[in-house]
Amino acid sequence: MEYLSLFVKSIFVDNMIFAYFLGMCSYLAVSKNVKTATGLGVAVIFVLLVTLPINYLLNEYLLKPGALSWLGERYAEIDLSFLSYIVFIAVIAAIVQIVEMVVEKFAPALYSSLGIFLPLIAVNCAILGGSLFMQERDYANVGEAAVYALGSGIGWFLAIVALAAIREKMAYSHVPAPLKGLGITFITVGLMGIAFMTFMGIQL
Amino acid sequence: MKDNLKETLLQPIFKGNPITVLVLGICSSLAVTVQLKGAFVMALSVIIVTGLSSLIVSLMRNSIPNRIRIIVQLVVVAMMVILVDQVLKAFSYSVSKTLSVYIGLIITNCIVMGRIEAFALGNKPLPSLLDGLANGAGYGMILIIVAFFRELLGSGTLFGFRIIPQAVYDAGYMNNGLMILPPMALIILGCIIWIQRSIQKDLQEK
Repeated sequence: MEYLSLFVKSIFVDNMIFAYFLGMCSYLAVSKNVKTATGLGVAVIFVLLVTLPINYLLNEYLLKPGALSWLGERYAEIDLSFLSYIVFIAVIAAIVQIVEMVVEKFAPALYSSLGIFLPLIAVNCAILGGSLFMQERDYANVGEAAVYALGSGIGWFLAIVALAAIREKMAYSHVPAPLKGLGITFITVGLMGIAFMTFMGIQL
Repeated sequence: MKDNLKETLLQPIFKGNPITVLVLGICSSLAVTVQLKGAFVMALSVIIVTGLSSLIVSLMRNSIPNRIRIIVQLVVVAMMVILVDQVLKAFSYSVSKTLSVYIGLIITNCIVMGRIEAFALGNKPLPSLLDGLANGAGYGMILIIVAFFRELLGSGTLFGFRIIPQAVYDAGYMNNGLMILPPMALIILGCIIWIQRSIQKDLQEK
């Protein structure tokens, strides 16, 4: 039951895009049509789902204050948490590299349409942000971390597909020239964010 | 040479502003613009990180193998961010708590990596340092503008000091609660872009 509420909460209430602005760069750049948006969304879900549990275990058994106590008493007082940024980003960069090779091998069409944005997932704030939030909120076990990863990945996916669909339609409307492109997209995202705020404060 | 440096310094602040023109690095920071104080610290941290990491990468540019450059850059950037984070924790713990994960997210801020890739890898250390600092400044400027409006209209204060006098509230004025909510940052940013592109017509998209 807890898993389910965490899952729903991380999709809607704590949505990566609308509540925390994470992963905005690629969100704005790749949302011009639904197909590429879907591809990137799936890639983000996957990378989050793989990296977050790994980072959770690293945090639990290597980085947290006292995490090294399994090595023996002498190590119980070591606090390596200042290294967490470097460790997390290294794990993420490595995983992204692997995903990139797999996608290139098995789905060349997707690979060419994602282009530069696949390597850019490494610097997608949603991924690192997921790990950092996971560290800050101190989830109880790997299961919770994985559920959180899946939920926030799906939240990101929904947000990018929705924006891409709106932008496809918007191509046919008359937008004032200075607002065209970037400006109107920002305002659209803001309005979508306000719509998403209806979920705020829901206790599950 | 001197003109060139000046150009490097001024270009990113107005004409090639990293946020409003290049759309880089919006990710990590709009959430810190509810109050000017947070935005100010964030802006300062980003300026330091972009400047120093551009400088370091530029110093090493001839010895980094091309294939693994992303990892090397990430390590340099992560190191600078850890330094900033530790300093903040030591000297102003409360600010570092309010910024929470967003300081860490400077690592994945596209501006830092973008400038390293586009500029620092191919230029001498001094111009790279300036380029980094200027891009950080252009970014910080937008953050501070957004934070200014959000704090003034949302809570009637600036840097935590009351600006709008009590008499105005007594006459029926109310803070705009909408400004405190995250989506407003995006809408204000949209308006900034709107204004900038009305002035600089060559930036408009077809």
